[in-house]
Amino acid sequence: MAQAVVSTKRTIWDGGVSPLKASYGKLMMWFFLLSDAFTFSAFLVTYGMIRYMHPAYEGKSSEFTFSDAYWPIPEKVFNAAPFFHGVDLPLVFVGIMTFILILSSVTMVLAVEAGHRKSQKEVEKWMLWTIVGGLAFLGCQAWEWTHFIHGLDKPTFLTRLGVEYYGATLFANQYGPQSFAALFFFITGFHGLHVFSGVILNIIVFYQTVMGEFERRGHYEMVEKVGLYWHFVDLVWVFVFTLFYLI
Amino acid sequence: MSAVELHAHTDTHSHEHHEHRELNFIQKYIFSTDHKIIAKQFLITGLIWALIGGLLSLVFRLQLGFPGADLSFLKPFLGHWITESGKLHQEFYLAAVTMHGTIMVFFVLTAGLSGTFSNFLIPLQIGARDMASGFLNMLSYWFFFLSSVVMLISLFLETGPAAGGWVIYPPLSALPQAISGSGLGMTLWLVSMALFIVSSLLGGINYITTVINLRTEGMSFTKLPLTIWAFFITAIIGVLSFPVLLSAALLLIFDRSFGTSFYLSEIYIGGEALPNVGGSPILFQHLFWFLGHPEVYIVLLPALGITSEIIATNSRKPIFGYRAMIGSILGIAFLSFIVWAHHMFVTGMNPFLGSIFMFLTLIIAVPSAVKAFNYITTLWKGNIIFTPAMLFSIGLVSLFISGGLTGIILGNAALDIQLHDTYFVVAHFHLVMGAASFFGMIAGIYHWFPKMFGRMMNDKLGYLHFWLTFVGAYLVFFPMHYIGIAGFPRRYYSWTNFDAFNTFHDLNAFISVAAIITVAAQLIFAFNFFYSMFYGKLAPANPWRSNTLEWTTPRFPKHGNWEGPLPTVYRWPYDYSKPGAKEDFIPQNVPYSATPESNLPGEQDINLEEIDFEVVKDEQAH
Repeated sequence: MAQAVVSTKRTIWDGGVSPLKASYGKLMMWFFLLSDAFTFSAFLVTYGMIRYMHPAYEGKSSEFTFSDAYWPIPEKVFNAAPFFHGVDLPLVFVGIMTFILILSSVTMVLAVEAGHRKSQKEVEKWMLWTIVGGLAFLGCQAWEWTHFIHGLDKPTFLTRLGVEYYGATLFANQYGPQSFAALFFFITGFHGLHVFSGVILNIIVFYQTVMGEFERRGHYEMVEKVGLYWHFVDLVWVFVFTLFYLI
Repeated sequence: MSAVELHAHTDTHSHEHHEHRELNFIQKYIFSTDHKIIAKQFLITGLIWALIGGLLSLVFRLQLGFPGADLSFLKPFLGHWITESGKLHQEFYLAAVTMHGTIMVFFVLTAGLSGTFSNFLIPLQIGARDMASGFLNMLSYWFFFLSSVVMLISLFLETGPAAGGWVIYPPLSALPQAISGSGLGMTLWLVSMALFIVSSLLGGINYITTVINLRTEGMSFTKLPLTIWAFFITAIIGVLSFPVLLSAALLLIFDRSFGTSFYLSEIYIGGEALPNVGGSPILFQHLFWFLGHPEVYIVLLPALGITSEIIATNSRKPIFGYRAMIGSILGIAFLSFIVWAHHMFVTGMNPFLGSIFMFLTLIIAVPSAVKAFNYITTLWKGNIIFTPAMLFSIGLVSLFISGGLTGIILGNAALDIQLHDTYFVVAHFHLVMGAASFFGMIAGIYHWFPKMFGRMMNDKLGYLHFWLTFVGAYLVFFPMHYIGIAGFPRRYYSWTNFDAFNTFHDLNAFISVAAIITVAAQLIFAFNFFYSMFYGKLAPANPWRSNTLEWTTPRFPKHGNWEGPLPTVYRWPYDYSKPGAKEDFIPQNVPYSATPESNLPGEQDINLEEIDFEVVKDEQAH
């Protein structure tokens, strides 16, 4: 031997192990979410650009009337709630919706935590609450869309089409320029689709929990994975809420 | 296929019997979860698309080179797209240009290149038994296949395939009444691309996760072959940029089919005003090029990674500046996301914004030059072995430099006003992205064919193929610079109404003849490829005397790649011609303790037994 070969210390990046201490499935979920974040970002950028291209309402908030000449004030559009017809409740209903969704994220955290303790009964309980929360959110969104589509008691005259118009479609709406309702439907719809698929995933995981599938596997990692997705959907809603309802 | 299979059996019979149960044909070759089979599926599909894309380019080259010629001999193939007078239909010309671009960029150089080599090489070169999820990997191919079928169907529509250019700018692509190609053809284009994006996403997250989690013992990131670095970063770029194209496409679908006006405003067709107001076609361009520019590197980086590997191996020298190469890949990847608006200098954007994008664009010259210089310095005084793969890699370096130089010109906002949408642009991107990436793909096929099919491709035919293709590519694209500088616009069916361009008639005819010869030369490759697959010489275990792990597998590796335990890695992949060593290459799985005669000061093995951190092992899918 020309020289003695001694060994150096090994690090976690030297192969043979998962350096980020996450299984491949969890990593895939993270990268999928990153990719989905870009999809949503593109939509929100689209919203911002089209919003910016339209004039804002200049007058006093108390004198606001609907017109397709300017972008409406969100509080004037989203001021309805079920059973309170004709009462001006700006952003109350959507506030409740947001609260429900955030609460369902909390129950999801509890489900994941119960999974770490391998407590099947508790995972079942919290998954079920998360599913209920998701369904409640979708129900609220369905009501909000219905109200938005049917419209107000009084129509708005649209200069673009030269007609009196009730409610909203992708093509025209009584609240503001065409793109206002189109973007509302498109972006909240795309988010709603994500919530819907999240609920489906949650139901599948709930079913597998009940059937003892994860007990057999010895870990509840699947709950963590759908948990990541659910939190992401929640986070996206925060941005959608901020852009559509607050500013 | 069956012949290959037969050998696989006889070859491994002598070894222990595998506990894998026998799979039937469908499980083995159709719905396979083996990354090697999936790679071959991508490769074959990609090559079929390359043929279709290449033939389409000949159709419009005939029109450009010989504007008055009688093309009625194409009637059996193109039907009513050849008019009564034997001319190419004008709208089909546009459709052919569009489909040529779409097919080449997405189906050949993204799926065919990245899909093939990322799938094939990542597990083999990092020492893994398969991808992290073989099932998602299979889905990735089948989404691509579905997307291919939809795109293929669109070629046969009565109204023709999409015809708005591969960039499908609205309002042209959004309004079916604009041209017939914006009808059903455009719808199918969008459906096909949506499926394609799903495929690319499934593939991408798999590649990334596999590289992070499934590297074998000792394979740190600084011991990864540059191919893997390139595929890894390519996958990250894809995962982050393709979703934006999906967004753009979804918004376009709503504009086309559901009455929204995201991209439409104040349009008159036939004197009649459309009711759409409030949108912006420029918005689409921003979203599109946010994908479109990174897409250039999605296409190019894998080819550059393959070239790094082939040039180092066949120069019998370590790659020059290994870490600088990694740095340049990372730099290019980062910059690729912040330069998209250089495609939009003439859209009326703020000149100040233009100068920012120009500045960022020109910075790309730095990492690109690092790569070019490092290739040249690797070749410098190397003990060069001119295999066909090596020739194509050197060809890539040449095309990358000559195409890259014109990028510096086009990146200038002021010069771009003259050159935008001329053949100068066509020449630029065909050299730097089209031909260079295609060369990388072909080089990769020549180099890894022995591992893919256990047989060698014919060298003589390879040399013939290289010289015809290399000379042909320059003969086709170099003259385009001149007619581009003269102002000759892209995408025009005919220039015969403009006297100014008549002087370029000869040049255009010359380009077309060169294109026909170049495409015909690819038949040599096709023959060589399919013939060698069945009747080529059996390949030795390590035909190029290469260092990377794929050459430590059996000649016909089964699903799982290595029989017995996975190899352990001790050194980087570029120990070629190391002073003092017995051979001019030392594979990655040879420990330093086995080569005391060539070790440099400080080179010692990592103790892989001694672990002082919590081990999280990842179990593979099967």
